[in-house]
Amino acid sequence: MEIVLYTLISLSSLGIILAVILFFVAQQFKVVEDPRIDEVEALLPGANCGGCGYPGCRGFADACVKADSLDGLFCPAGGNETMNAVAKALGMAAVEKEPQIAVVRCAGAPEQRAKTSIYDGPQSCAIAAALYGGDTDCPYGCLGLGDCVEACTFDAIYIDENTGLPVVSEEKCTACGACVTACPKDIIELRNKGKKSRRIYVSCVNKDKGGPAKKACNVACIGCGKCVKECPFDAITLENFLAYIDYEKCKLCRKCVEVCPTGAIIELNFPPRKPKPEKKEENADNEKAENNAAADTVIENTSEPKNE
Amino acid sequence: MLKTFPKGGVHPAENKLSKGKKIEKLNMPETVTIPISQHIGAPAVPVVNKGDIVKIGQLIAKSGGFVSANIHSSVSGKVLKIEPSMDASGYKRMSIIIKVEGEEYEPDIDLSDTLVKECSLNADEIKKRIADKGIVGLGGATFPTHVKLSVPPGKTAEHLVINAVECEPYLTADHQLMMEKPDEILVGCSIMAKAIGVNKVLIGIENNKPDAIKLFKEKAVSFNNIEIYALKVKYPQGGEKQLIKALINREVPSGGLPIDVGCVVQNVGTAFAVYEAVQKNKPLYERVVTVTGKNVKNPVNLLAKVGTPISELIELAGGLPEDTGKIVNGGPMMGKAVNNQQIPVTKGTSGILLFPNKLAKRPEVYNCIRCSRCTHVCPMNLEPHLLKNLSNKALWEELEKERVLDCIECGSCSYTCPAGIPLLDYIRLGKANLNRIIRSRK
Repeated sequence: MEIVLYTLISLSSLGIILAVILFFVAQQFKVVEDPRIDEVEALLPGANCGGCGYPGCRGFADACVKADSLDGLFCPAGGNETMNAVAKALGMAAVEKEPQIAVVRCAGAPEQRAKTSIYDGPQSCAIAAALYGGDTDCPYGCLGLGDCVEACTFDAIYIDENTGLPVVSEEKCTACGACVTACPKDIIELRNKGKKSRRIYVSCVNKDKGGPAKKACNVACIGCGKCVKECPFDAITLENFLAYIDYEKCKLCRKCVEVCPTGAIIELNFPPRKPKPEKKEENADNEKAENNAAADTVIENTSEPKNE
Repeated sequence: MLKTFPKGGVHPAENKLSKGKKIEKLNMPETVTIPISQHIGAPAVPVVNKGDIVKIGQLIAKSGGFVSANIHSSVSGKVLKIEPSMDASGYKRMSIIIKVEGEEYEPDIDLSDTLVKECSLNADEIKKRIADKGIVGLGGATFPTHVKLSVPPGKTAEHLVINAVECEPYLTADHQLMMEKPDEILVGCSIMAKAIGVNKVLIGIENNKPDAIKLFKEKAVSFNNIEIYALKVKYPQGGEKQLIKALINREVPSGGLPIDVGCVVQNVGTAFAVYEAVQKNKPLYERVVTVTGKNVKNPVNLLAKVGTPISELIELAGGLPEDTGKIVNGGPMMGKAVNNQQIPVTKGTSGILLFPNKLAKRPEVYNCIRCSRCTHVCPMNLEPHLLKNLSNKALWEELEKERVLDCIECGSCSYTCPAGIPLLDYIRLGKANLNRIIRSRK
């Protein structure tokens, strides 16, 4: 009985002493945190995608509270709505940003870009890219092994079974930029979403001269410069045999799409064009003939190694 | 007991199918494609223009920095164009394309077969000659030889170690060269010893080449500073750190170089190239390449000019077998599959391997069963399974703590893994990313 008593007394007194020490220590070393951080964090999407450049949503909330203005701070996942709410909570002016979306700049589906070898290594674009240019003759194009899919926290990107290329979902993509960093070939780019989600972009990153580029892929940009001449707004530049459309300058007139001989310039979410009966047919015929010729050369290419 | 390195290593089936085949000289190709980046370090800078007429042995691209090497024309003819072309890296890289016309050599090249034993040049002149003639390590890593022979201040070299191990299965290029040019190789060794100022040369030869060991032991008697050692057959004994450990039982510290333990390691093929450069004034524009494989009609050792498309080498070996699944540039352990038969032979091409479909496929991948075999076979005392997981999770800084940069990429871990996990691919990815981080710190 005595043992129990001693134990009780010693343990409870020890508990009391430690509690007192802890109480004073906690008071002395109290971390005073700005309550606004919690407030701002509650407004953020909580996806911790890192698209803002800070370690998670709390890191971003912390940065917002500490900053003098919201310049340069933007939550791509939440967009303008979230940023307005954050600005309101902090009593600062919100910086509006055009909504963006990830764009995959490669259209090299198997029927456009013949396979010339087989890759059986680990299913990772980064590893494959370290080994070689890819299983087609285009060393710039999409490898289709899905590092971007792996990187996406919003489930907004998937590999299309037929084309083997990544597809970005309009609704789900928040333009956090995770896929842009993950892609070892720098194919994915963040572009302005555009009015009614209408976008025009060069869906190719091939920097080869026209000949090799076209030989490797039917829908490659061959650097002919027709679009540059056609563009009334000087939005298109040509560098290393590759055209690039500046989305800030582009007014979505679609003239470049019409003149592109390979169809490397893509227009998205536009209503169908008004038919121009005679001219259009001619164009279509020409295009067909060109495609056929290109397809022939590609077949020759692929059969070459087998014969030798 | 034969000498070898104590920890790790594997012993794959040797399959030296082209053993004993005389080195054949390849016919002059029609065009050659000479990449300007055939070595570790900065790419060379072209010094010829489109339309220029060049001779065999003429400088066509000069060294682009200290760690870089000169590149010489392997043929005589006209420069067709200078443009990116596919090479063994799997990417298009700048190359000089020359159309062959006739066979005209630079006048100062001594083409005779007579052995020149005496070398009157001093150490600096030797190094300069080696740099001028574009000699790089021919074991496969293609590190510029003159850089390796320049002992940094504060360090002293005691031994010159010659790697005559040829531990890669299938390859016989070095072995055949040793059988045909033993005197030249030994002279090359003593020239290199003179260049770094050491008087002890150790040549390590694996025990599966008894004829070479016997021949070299006989020949070395007339050189009082060259010793020949027979080594137990074990891969990757050709790795310089493993070879030093095997021969003189010194361990290169983590992150260090052989010179930290007083050694300079050179390949036996490099020794021959050095002989030719210093004694015969001949630049490095051709090398011995083994073309082999299970289904190859006529496995051969060829003297091929740099820039020759590998299809011509395969033709001489009896053509591409019907069920070829993979063409590998290099040996089966460290070589890399190529995706094109038109890629050129470079200074680093030690072999062309044609795998039949059955052997070409990678094994099916299962989950790690934690058997720790990869750790056991790692000759660098690393834990490959751990490195793979860290790399997969993109924990690059953790990888640095686990000394991933010590990995010599020998592939013993992937070879031995019973679950077929491609460990080395992930480790390489980790190394590349970590190197990028380290560079950005500077």
